[in-house]
Amino acid sequence: MTDIEHQLRRRAPIPDPLPDLTEAAAAAGLLDVAYATFDSPLGTLLLASTPRGLVRLAYLNGDEAEVLEHLADRLSPRILAAPRRLDEPRRELDEYFEGTRRRFEVPLDWRLTRGFTRRVLEATARIPYGATATYKQVATEAGNALAFRAAGNALGSNPIPIIVPCHRILHSGGGLGGYTGGLERKRVLLGAEGYSGSKQP
Amino acid sequence: MRLPPFQTLLEAHGPDVHRFLVASVGRVDADDCYQETWMAALRAYPKLRDASNLKSWIFTVAHRKVIDHVRARRRVAVPVGDVPETLATNAPPTPDDDLWANVRELPDKQRTAVALRYVADAGYEEIAAVMGTSQEAARRNVHEAIKRLRTEYQP
Repeated sequence: MTDIEHQLRRRAPIPDPLPDLTEAAAAAGLLDVAYATFDSPLGTLLLASTPRGLVRLAYLNGDEAEVLEHLADRLSPRILAAPRRLDEPRRELDEYFEGTRRRFEVPLDWRLTRGFTRRVLEATARIPYGATATYKQVATEAGNALAFRAAGNALGSNPIPIIVPCHRILHSGGGLGGYTGGLERKRVLLGAEGYSGSKQP
Repeated sequence: MRLPPFQTLLEAHGPDVHRFLVASVGRVDADDCYQETWMAALRAYPKLRDASNLKSWIFTVAHRKVIDHVRARRRVAVPVGDVPETLATNAPPTPDDDLWANVRELPDKQRTAVALRYVADAGYEEIAAVMGTSQEAARRNVHEAIKRLRTEYQP
């Protein structure tokens, strides 16, 4: 390499603080999915929203890239990290974890669900803080009392756990059943909501 | 067509695109060009047919913004019919490296080729793809620029 080439490389412009694009992108209608990650008492969470509302809440286990790729495939590849656009759901979650909020008010975008799954999750979203229901009850609510196994699958694919409180669904005998974030998290959520585990749902 | 989340593109190439723009249009105008580049990219992204070389693609978009910017600047400052081949005197004074200030005064194609090669670390194939030329032309542009800088640049 000649001396001038060496100089060009060595003295090339250094990286500057980069201008933030998210507001301009949103104003131009080009921000289809905004996301942010933050630490919670249940581990790192990823929140994603569309202009319609919150579309995804994921428990991260080192799989942020996969979660984002899935959103790119299912919704749109126009995805940007835009933490300020997730301030509202984040504030509600903070309040929920502090025990000062019992109902979520952020608008939800149900686009990642459909059919029976959506009906099961919508029924689940109506179960109030501190209450529980059985798989069979939500299956009935969703229009098919016999499909409680399918209801279990629907809950397992819940794209917005915590806020759509699938942790409040238990087995008829009082057993915990399953949970998308692992049973330990289900126990913590139910415990924080005052569920003792001994009473019948 | 499977496209990666746009954020991964921004994280992978954002810093180099910005440096390329600083090298091409100067620090003062780089931020505007940067925003225009990424907005244009975001607009076109979902319709992109080939995701095999996203680096070339994003630098092609940035290169177009540089051309627009240079044209707009000339329209403001230079009488029609007397268009010089370089940015020359209209470039805003920026406290910048004097060698790279010399680069900014090279003819457009040489300046772009040099910025791609030494800022974005692009190979000749990539430079050719971004600038829409042959590899041979890309090589020649870089070579001519180096030759010129060697004679004109006095540290």
